[in-house]
Formats: sequence, C-alpha cells, structure tokens
Amino acid sequence: MSTILQTENLQYLYPAVEEGEQATVALRGVDLKIEKGSFVVILGHNGSGKSTLSKTFNAILLPSTGSVCVEGMNTADESCLLDIRRRVGMVFQNPDNQIVSNVVEEDVAFAPENLGVPTAEIRQRVDLALGAVGMAEFAQHAPHLLSGGQKQRIAIAGVIAMEPDCIVLDEATAMLDPTGRREVLSTAHRLNREKGITVILITHHMNEAEDADRVVVMDDGKIAMDGAPREIFAQVEELRSLGLTVPDTVDLLDRLRRDGLDLPLDALTVDECADAVAAALR
Amino acid sequence: MLKDITLGQYFPGDTIAHRLDPRTKLLLVVLYIVGLFCADSVLTYGIMAAVFLTCARISKVGARALVRGLKPVLLIILFTGILNLFFTPGDYLYQLGVLHISRQGLEMAVRMVLRIMLLIMGTFLLTYTTSPIRLTDGLEQLMGGLKKLRVPVHELAMMMSIALRFIPTLIEETDKIMSAQKARGADFESGNLFHKAKALIPILVPLFISAFRRADELAVAMECRCYHGGEGRTKLNPLKYAARDYWALACGAVITAGVIVLGRFGF
Amino acid sequence: MEPILKVVHLTHTYGIGTPFERSAVEDMSFDVADGEFLGIIGHTGSGKSTLIQHLNGLLKPTSGKILLEGKDIWAEPKKIRNVRFRVGLVFQYPEYQLFEETVYKDIAFGPANMGKTGDELDRCVREAARLVGIRDDQLEKSPFELSGGQKRRVALAGVLAMEPRVLILDEPTAGLDPAGRENLLANIRDYHRNKNGTVIMVSHSMEEVAGNVDRILVLKSAHVLMQGTPREVFSRADELLSAGLDVPQITRVAIALKERGLDVDSAVYTAEDLERQLLTLRKGAAGC
Repeated sequence: MSTILQTENLQYLYPAVEEGEQATVALRGVDLKIEKGSFVVILGHNGSGKSTLSKTFNAILLPSTGSVCVEGMNTADESCLLDIRRRVGMVFQNPDNQIVSNVVEEDVAFAPENLGVPTAEIRQRVDLALGAVGMAEFAQHAPHLLSGGQKQRIAIAGVIAMEPDCIVLDEATAMLDPTGRREVLSTAHRLNREKGITVILITHHMNEAEDADRVVVMDDGKIAMDGAPREIFAQVEELRSLGLTVPDTVDLLDRLRRDGLDLPLDALTVDECADAVAAALR
Repeated sequence: MLKDITLGQYFPGDTIAHRLDPRTKLLLVVLYIVGLFCADSVLTYGIMAAVFLTCARISKVGARALVRGLKPVLLIILFTGILNLFFTPGDYLYQLGVLHISRQGLEMAVRMVLRIMLLIMGTFLLTYTTSPIRLTDGLEQLMGGLKKLRVPVHELAMMMSIALRFIPTLIEETDKIMSAQKARGADFESGNLFHKAKALIPILVPLFISAFRRADELAVAMECRCYHGGEGRTKLNPLKYAARDYWALACGAVITAGVIVLGRFGF
Repeated sequence: MEPILKVVHLTHTYGIGTPFERSAVEDMSFDVADGEFLGIIGHTGSGKSTLIQHLNGLLKPTSGKILLEGKDIWAEPKKIRNVRFRVGLVFQYPEYQLFEETVYKDIAFGPANMGKTGDELDRCVREAARLVGIRDDQLEKSPFELSGGQKRRVALAGVLAMEPRVLILDEPTAGLDPAGRENLLANIRDYHRNKNGTVIMVSHSMEEVAGNVDRILVLKSAHVLMQGTPREVFSRADELLSAGLDVPQITRVAIALKERGLDVDSAVYTAEDLERQLLTLRKGAAGC
C-alpha cells in the first residue's frame, strides 16, 4: 500500500491577533501517514486542531514547522501547488460558499476549466462526475435551489471533475440534516469503494466513523488515538475525556459490563449489540 | 417577499433566445437601447414596443414575470412620470394649485414612462435567457480587446459573475436576518425616514459581515479547485457564433437603422 | 388548565394562485401546556419552520388560529409585535444575526424594543447573560471577538432577555460538537426548570429530543403525524420508521432484542432505562 499523504512533525501557529498576546498553537507536532485508497475519519472536539490539520493537506495553510507531502511533493513548494490541489480536493462546511455558478454543470466544470482541459473532455468529466454523485438529472438546475445534501454532492462532483486521488471532506456534513448527511456519506463511501479515491473525513459526529477503515482522534493539536473504529470506540472513558461521545450501543454495552456482564465493547451496530446482549443474557 | 425580486434571475429554457450567443444578445441590447432613445413618435415607439413583445414571445417569458421585473424600479418610473407630468411647460390642460398639467407634459410623461419600462423589460429579457456565467463570458470576450490596455477584463468578468450568482443567496439571507430581528421586536414599518434607516442597521451589519465571510470562504474554495486567474482557462461551453446569431444581429441592425431614419424624416 | 398556546386547524399555503402553490402546513392542531417542554420532530419539508414562525406571529395563517393564553394573536394585527415579546423565537444558527458593538447592547436590543430602559433594562440583560453563562467581563466585548459557541449563547440571551412566556428554539445545537451540545442542552434544561417557562424545541435528533422533553410532536409532510410523551411516541416505532423518520438508537436495540426473544419493553429510549430493564431480566433469570 503506498502513501498518498504524509505529515512530519507538523506544527502550526495562528499568529497573535492583538499585541502582547501569544500565538495560538493549533498543531503540536503531528505525524500522520494516509494510505492510498483508504477511508480515514479524523475526529475531535472543536478546537482539537482537526480543521487546521485538514487545511495543511492541500496547502491552504503551510506548516510553521515540519512538513506535509502529497505523493512525494512538499506543500511548501510553490511550483507543485496546482498539482497538489488537483490531487487533493477539498469540500468545505458551508454548501453555499463553494458554488461559483448559477448552473450546476457550469459549477462542476469550474475546476477543469481552470486546469485548461480541452472543451470536449470537460463535457465528459462533468457528465461522469455528476453521474458519480447521482445528480446527473440536475445538470441544468440552479444550485442555490437544491437541498443542503444535494449542494454538497455538487461540490463533491466539482472536485471529482479534477480527477483527484484524494478527497478531503472538512466537516462537510456539519450543516446538513440527517438525510443530507446520509447522502454525502454514502456518496463518499461509494467513491472510495468503486473508484479507489482516498477519502479523509473530518467530523465530530461519532456515527460517521462507524464504516471507516481508520479513525484518528485529535486533541489539543496532537493525535490522541489512532486505529480501527471498533478499537477506538471500545475505549469509552478515553473518548469521553477527549470531549467526544460514544454511540449509544457502545454506551449500553459499557454500562452492562460494569454491572458484571461479559460483553465486548466493539459491537457497534444495533444488530451486533443486540446479538451480544441476547447471548450474554441466555 | 424579497424572493419576488427577479432581478438577475435566469430561467433555463430551450428557446431561440436561450440559444443565441450571449455576445449577440449583448449587442442586440445595445442596438435596442439606441433604438429606444432615438424613437420619438407613435410609429417609432410602436416599432420598439413590437420588437420587445416579439422578443418576449420568443423567450417564452410570462407577463407576470415581466411585471415582477418592473417592481424594483416602480419608484423611478412613477417619479419620472410625475416629474414630467407636472413640470413640463406648454399648453395647460389642468391646474392643481401650484402644479400644472400640460398637453406636452402628458405626452412627455407617457413617452418617458414607456421608454423606461421598455428599457427595463428589454434588459430583463437578457438576464432571463442568459445564465450569469454566459453573460460574463460574452462580456469578457467582447471586451477582450481592452486587455491590451491592461484592463483586468477576466477579473472583472469573474467578479460580476460571482456577484450575480450570489444575489438570490443574499436575498434569502436578508429574509432570514429580518425574521430573526423581527422576532426580537424590530420594527421595519413604522416611523419616519430616519427611523426606518436606523432600523436597517440590524440587517445590514450581519449581512455585510456574512458577505465578507462568504467571499473569504469562496476564495479559498476556488483556489482549491485550482483557480489561478484567467491564464490558460478553457470553457465547458465556448462561445461560437451560429447562423441564427448573424440573422438576429442583421434584424436588430436593420430595425434600429430604420427607427433612426424614420425619426430623421419626421415620422 | 388552559393551554398556554393553542394551534387550531392551522394551514399555511405559499404562492396561492401561482403554479408554485404549496401548503407547508396543513390543518395542524395541538395544544402546548403551560410550563411544559415540548419537542417537535420532523424532516426538512415537514413544515417545522413554517409552523414555529406562526407561533410568534412572523407568519400569518392562511386559515386557522393561534391562541396565546386563550386569545387569537391576530385579533389586533397592529399589535402583533407584542406577541413576539411573549413568544420568543431563536432561529437556527442565531449567531449570524448579531450586530451591535458590544455583547451588552446586542442582548439589550430585544428588551429595548419592548420599551424597557434604565435599571429594568440592565436587570434583564444581566439576568439573561447569567442564564447562558456569559461572564460580566464578556459583556463589554464586541460579539465578533467571541467564539462560535459563545456567539450562539449571546444570541440566545438576546431572546431570553425579553423574558418570554414561551421560548421556541429551532435546532439550538445545530453545528455544535458533542461537548457543546451537552452544555447548551443543560443550559436549556436549567432554564426550563428554574423559570418554569414553556419551552418548545425543534430538532432532527431523536436522541436529543427524547432525553429532554415532556412531550413530542411528530410532523410529516405538513401534517401532525402523532403526539405524546416520549414513551407513547416511541412505542409506535414501526409507524415512525415506515414514515421515513428515525427512532433513538437505544429504541432500535430494544426492538432488536425483542425480536431475539427477550422480554423487553421496546418503548425505552435511554441507555439507562434499557440497562435497568436488562438487569431485572438477568436477576429474574438467575432467581429461577
């Protein structure tokens, strides 16, 4: 498995706003390696540094110390900037503030147009991208009339049109209702499975991490936990101390364990949880 | 309420008007405006009105939409009408205290009001049938020559295109902010002009701040999609003239020339 | 006891006479008891936003009535502003409506509009700030210097300062992280308990609503689907699920346990309650 993205001793300081104030340390030495084709969820409470981290992936922010490399290219190298941004696409939190045009297909075409892709190929890419996110019949629609989930899917299509190797979803579900969140997540998973695109999902919703390959938990600018979802969710106390919650299924299992029942802590889904509890009570 | 403002609203469609090159439509609007300002008689005004109505039919714009497009400028229209009606000297028909209505005043008022209405509704047809990005593409191309004079044509076009795209979004946001402030007892209806102006602060401040925030976020999003200025950009739908564009321009040129000539000969 | 709010056959239709005619709210009727904590659940498009904007007179019914303390709020349309002082509405992402130079002045906007001045105004502002956990030193700061979570508290205080009889919150925890969510909900619970005020909370999250409210109103496609205590509502889980709505995860676990033959009351919705039930089962089994 090759590495698509790597950070080394990554530190980032936000400059002091007023005189006499200290700079805010947002990242305190992060060493992270993301494997190609994986689905990684980065969790953390607000202020843990997760959003700052994601912005270093495609050079929106440059490290104060340390480095970030995308497929061997250093983000601090200006000559590689466009190449890096083409390979690592980003979808942001506010669906409205990513839309550039009044027509869906023109918005999706924005990136290939910037890259100088020939007209006929742009058309192909736009059609493919819209198909990949399930929004093909909305090509001529006005994006601002769509629902939040649909807008975010258009944003994802706009990124896919660049033919990236990796998509970063920076709290892209934070402003959506449950339906929208489901739409975006299933689209992300499908792209990861079917097209092999690496997905990095930044969120504070625990349940979005259930189907990930790997969960990285941030706290105070550092990586606090790193592993498969089941491993991570089983550490109930630690997660709570990091300002996060666990799914209710894990909470129930944790309580029953403390009451003396012999139960695993990694039965995440409703069915797994019910199976485990039923077995223990028979 | 605010959603009624159809300024800058584009309605997708497949009429000939939609399929014309945006540059053609822009040039036609210029010809139309020239014609309107040269029109001076019942005949010439009639021709311009007929031109407008034909174009409206072709674009399949409903009468309701057209009327709604006039709403924002209703005040200007009324103001112009009244100004001309009461302050044009000539053969007096009626007297209202200090104000006189003359025959010439009546004529001028009708002319001016008609001119403004045809002007607004005509340009409205432009935005109705042309998406903002196409519009700015067209403008960008037409003004391309200015690049040699170091005018930042692409940047201006991009600015306009984004501004147009955000109009409906900002209108929606204004609605939301107004509702939120009304929920705290803000009153936008009563009071004198000074009061009403002051009452706008709770709307304008959040709106401005939000607009700046949006601009910032949008700029980052654009850069993440590899935007780096106008150099080397290609287009999904590049502008290409077709036969219908030449026909349309020819018709426009003939009609405008006709109106000017008729005016010359006193018709 | 007379309900503090009564919604009677409320209908609101947008765009009457145009091809876009659409009823966002259709024939809704329900009561809100004085001092109760009511949760409103429904998908986007179920009519939630339209409904709550009727309760404080921001929207006018196409047909039907809203009664506040027994009186039709539209009986005197010119005085509708007074209704908004007694029924306080906090919109989603309220931090986007802040505009004043200082936190103090922003919170004072509402009570000032009510005509309050001097000591009385000061009392309202400071009390509201205290309720949401804003410190005195923060009152003189510009609201724009604060963090997102703090800004939201300022916005909430701005409505609480009007001392409304009914407080309506539209998705108050939207966009907050788990810790922020818990904090805000605790604040709201305290407010409800200490002020004996009526609170209506609109939410997407079943879990959030279930754990906090006295009664739930479920909306679907412009209608009231069902109403009742959390127990009553979640005991009809299959109806909720077939209507495309969700039930708390714990409820689903209970249903799954029932399917596996365990004698569990599936109208349960907190981990604590289910835990208690399961322990009783275990004891029962061991005692045999």
